[in-house]
Amino acid sequence: MLWACLRFPGLAFSAAFAATPEAGPSALLDHKARQRLIAVVNADAAAHGVRRGQNLAAARALCPALEVRPRDPAAENRLLTELAAWCYQFSGHVTLVPPNAILMEVGASLRLFDGWPVLAERLREGLGEQGHAHTMAATPFAAAAWVFAASADGMVIPEREGVRRMLGDLPLAQSGLPSATVTALQAMGFRRLGEIFRLPRPELTRRIGRDGVNWLDRLRGDAADALPAWQPPANFLQKIEFDAELDGSQPLLFPLRRLTRSLANLLAARDGGVQRFTLTLEHARGETTRVVVAMAAPQRDAERLFELARTRLERTTLPAPARSIKIDAAELPTFRPPLRDLFEPIRGDGLDWPTLDERLRARLGDAALRQIALVADHRPERASRYGTPGNVVSPPRRRRPLWLLPRPVPMRPEPAAVLAGPERIESGWWDGADARRDYYIVRTAQGQQAWAYLPPGTLDGWMLHGWFA
Amino acid sequence: MNAIASPNLAQVLDHPGIWRRSADRQPRVRALSTGWTSLDAKLPGGGWPQGALSEILFEHDGLGELDLVMPALAALTQEHRRVIFVAPPYLPYAPALAAAGVDLRFLHEIHAGSTEAAWSMEQCLRSGCCGAVVGWLPDIDYRSLRRLQLAAESGDACAMLFRPAGDAAQNSPAALRLKVSNSDEATYVEVLKSRGLLTTTAPLLRMRA
Repeated sequence: MLWACLRFPGLAFSAAFAATPEAGPSALLDHKARQRLIAVVNADAAAHGVRRGQNLAAARALCPALEVRPRDPAAENRLLTELAAWCYQFSGHVTLVPPNAILMEVGASLRLFDGWPVLAERLREGLGEQGHAHTMAATPFAAAAWVFAASADGMVIPEREGVRRMLGDLPLAQSGLPSATVTALQAMGFRRLGEIFRLPRPELTRRIGRDGVNWLDRLRGDAADALPAWQPPANFLQKIEFDAELDGSQPLLFPLRRLTRSLANLLAARDGGVQRFTLTLEHARGETTRVVVAMAAPQRDAERLFELARTRLERTTLPAPARSIKIDAAELPTFRPPLRDLFEPIRGDGLDWPTLDERLRARLGDAALRQIALVADHRPERASRYGTPGNVVSPPRRRRPLWLLPRPVPMRPEPAAVLAGPERIESGWWDGADARRDYYIVRTAQGQQAWAYLPPGTLDGWMLHGWFA
Repeated sequence: MNAIASPNLAQVLDHPGIWRRSADRQPRVRALSTGWTSLDAKLPGGGWPQGALSEILFEHDGLGELDLVMPALAALTQEHRRVIFVAPPYLPYAPALAAAGVDLRFLHEIHAGSTEAAWSMEQCLRSGCCGAVVGWLPDIDYRSLRRLQLAAESGDACAMLFRPAGDAAQNSPAALRLKVSNSDEATYVEVLKSRGLLTTTAPLLRMRA
């Protein structure tokens, strides 16, 4: 067993600033304290002297430009879950350690990823791309990994004895014991964990309680850790609410990218794809805009999902500024990577038809792509319709034009010569759209061949219905 | 050793980028038969050039300009290769398409405005999964034509562009330009330009009596 622990010190910030990126000195307020106390500060704010535990008035005095938001524990938990989903691709046993850490068993997957250095590199690279500050450590004991991830970023200790030795040198303040216990132990003159480990057990239990001793046992691997394995959910629903209303589609792209990335992470964890999801924007007065993003084949690539959602969103006119954005994907089908012949040379972009179809639909809209179906109907305008070509219907034996006009128009000037006809078409009396026409193939003075008709029994009033192009 | 360092002249001249004008050495052009025997005989490679742009300039609707391309398109769809109509001026009529031998399952129509149409056509050509892309882009400029030609090359697709006959005087990067016109109650096809064709003045081809 080798447990890797990832800690995300900036998680609370990322969660609170999901809708707009933070800029300049910012701080988060403790959501529980009755006084408005600073809970987390970013580097900018820290440079101004803003510290954790200050009250808001003091912090504002130090840094008037400080941007303050309340902590959002629910959003933090969602973000942590999302990161767990991403980690799930590296390990089958991932555990959330709220508020900002994830434990994963990597001993079983080390060989797959060519050892810890390569795996660690991939983790750092992936998290860097997503913009999450992180620290990590790996040891055979989960609790120790959690402790070292905070105090010694990048530390990896594969053997048990080494962990116990390193723990011995750890200052009490970093041991993960409750701060009251740490203060009490320090008052007794202890500084490092090793000094505590040497104490007789009954004595130690009396001083720091059963829970404290239990924690020390877990650190040293003497007691088992109960670590519930996280399971990826079967659907995706995530929403980001904005502090201010966002006007137009451009400012929505930042939160949209966050959501699509989060969706892609879940898909990677499930080893699945998504074929259809709904983007819902909420406006003032309860109005909503729904944008359905549907794909020809399941997708899971974050960039691709973002591009698709972006093009759909940009083509939608928003009735009012948006207050929140939500992505909802109920069906997450199994992802099948496109099959390709091993020896087939790849032409151009090497796209398959579903991908091209999707790309065109995303930009032009669903209605822009059509197929033409043949229908067994004698009325010329009904013999062809837009739709999926189904069963093969045999075409009429008579000559028909390649171009049909959307509706017949009076023919001016009148045809120069009649080449064939008349062909009487009389049909449709049963559904109220009956037609009774004499069709001719005619030639115009410019030499064009046209399909035109006359009402039966008349010799003028030519109507043009098609071109023999 | 020496042979590698300095290839002989014949090898150099064999390079596909070098075109030599000589009667016994026709350049290789991969082509898709037009289905019109007398036209095939006039075109280098014997048909619509593949991986290139062809223009069909026509005077009026209904001269048989679409008939000119139908046999090749029908053959493509029968091989289950996709054919895309981009921004056709009228409704493509299923009974006539089916009668021409088109497998409608492999025919798609893109309905788009002029800028979107050029974009769509380029995307389809470049994708590598379309056999032929047929477009009606009335006011296309040289740059867009050039893009289409490059896209057709990259995706190895057959690009066919229908344009008004008035544009015949404009410069074009197309590999093949045909003009469809009518006189004396018959339709004639004239080869205006053909990459790799030796005779500069090709005779007219009479197509529809």
